[in-house]
Amino acid sequence: MSVMKKIVRKHPLAIRWFHWINFPVLACMIWSGMLIYWANDVYKISWGSTVLFKFFPQGFYKSLHIPFRLAEGMNWHFALMWIFALNGLFYVLFTIFSGQWRHLLPNRHSIKEAWLVLLHDLHIRKTVPPAVKYNAAQRIAYSTIIIMGIGSLLTGIAIYKPVQFSAMAWLCGGYETARTIHFILTIGYVLFFLIHIIQVVKTGWNNFQAMVTGFEILPASTKKTDNA
Amino acid sequence: MPNQPLPEENISSKSLRKKSWIAFLLLIAFLATAWYIFNYIKKQPEVAGTPRPLRKTLNLNEKVFSALFDSSKLVKEYPLGAAAKKVRVNGRDGIRDSISEQSWRLKVVRSIGDTFSVSLDEIKSLPKKEIVFDFKCIEGWSQITHWGGVPLKTFIEHYNLQPQSKMKYVGLQTPDKAYYVGIDMPSAMHQQTLLCYEMNGKPLPMNQGYPLRLIIPVKYGIKHLKRIGTLYFSNEKPSDFWAERGYDYYAGH
Repeated sequence: MSVMKKIVRKHPLAIRWFHWINFPVLACMIWSGMLIYWANDVYKISWGSTVLFKFFPQGFYKSLHIPFRLAEGMNWHFALMWIFALNGLFYVLFTIFSGQWRHLLPNRHSIKEAWLVLLHDLHIRKTVPPAVKYNAAQRIAYSTIIIMGIGSLLTGIAIYKPVQFSAMAWLCGGYETARTIHFILTIGYVLFFLIHIIQVVKTGWNNFQAMVTGFEILPASTKKTDNA
Repeated sequence: MPNQPLPEENISSKSLRKKSWIAFLLLIAFLATAWYIFNYIKKQPEVAGTPRPLRKTLNLNEKVFSALFDSSKLVKEYPLGAAAKKVRVNGRDGIRDSISEQSWRLKVVRSIGDTFSVSLDEIKSLPKKEIVFDFKCIEGWSQITHWGGVPLKTFIEHYNLQPQSKMKYVGLQTPDKAYYVGIDMPSAMHQQTLLCYEMNGKPLPMNQGYPLRLIIPVKYGIKHLKRIGTLYFSNEKPSDFWAERGYDYYAGH
């Protein structure tokens, strides 16, 4: 007889697939987006007339072999946009119809609780508010990233077909503004990714493997699960 | 329900281990396949400067978005004051030689072997239309600019080219044939598409395609051919300078 273990089913199969499909597709969208952006790399952060940071420094472009690949970038971008959009659409539909949205959407306690989670993560507080699947900070983060995804699609359409979808271009504040928002959202994904990786590493193996296997293993002695 | 803890299940550690292995192997197989497909596509033989699967996708996108194309949708126009005084110049292909108005004629090909020529004065005698719009380059920049000329649609009707306009494409070439574009008929016949001879109310400068260029606001700048030499019609896609160099043929908005 083998030893029995206690598990909880945390992530449905569909959500795991959406998550792992999105990973290489979004990576490729960001990469091809950079190939496109290089051809008109006008964005920078300035203070008065001082340029604090230019998107992007030449060394950055060179190390990633970005220069003079505009056509290649556009072609990948406009091929993978379909997969990115469909995968995102199916994810949203699945969370709606499976009821998973209950675990994902922030509720009226989320802002206060997310603050407590932040204090805990910064080692200022010892305890976190109880959570089932995702804590309040995660609910806010994982809902925001979906809104960002929708934002990328809509600003993307506004840049891609500004005449046929002129209402969308207008809604995004015009062609140039749509491009700026599209860029800022991409920077947002990169920052999200960095924090996401740090949090996953900090939370540990059991949490990470749940995004692969679907289940989390409960410790033998206690029923409480740590979430991240 | 949201605040109920997730239901616990008991499972033997043996079958737990098996489930974990299968899940991880599947994920690794998936990511490896994605990486393989990415590299496989990159290595495919090129069609017009881009790997065949990407070219096929561009052509598919073209089908989707040309089916959605609504010719009644107009490109946003701006007041005259919004137009840039210093107009950006991109690309000198096709306009490197010098040219004079006396020697220049627009050559129009009705069909192979059946051509006629039109002088600039004859073009200027047709009803003029001006447009101030946001000119968009495929590189990502845009600039509000002011142009004047005769709508291509008006030109086609005036010279009784309606039978030709039933074909699928219009092709344009510079006099030296160094630059050339192909344009789908709905975009060519769009009411804002101009055979343009003026910029900011003055004759086109040399570097903007003197004496006659195309202004086609429903397309990226790569289609706005400078210094038109020949205009022809075709049911096949006319050769296109940038589409041969990896870019999208449609390049439309």
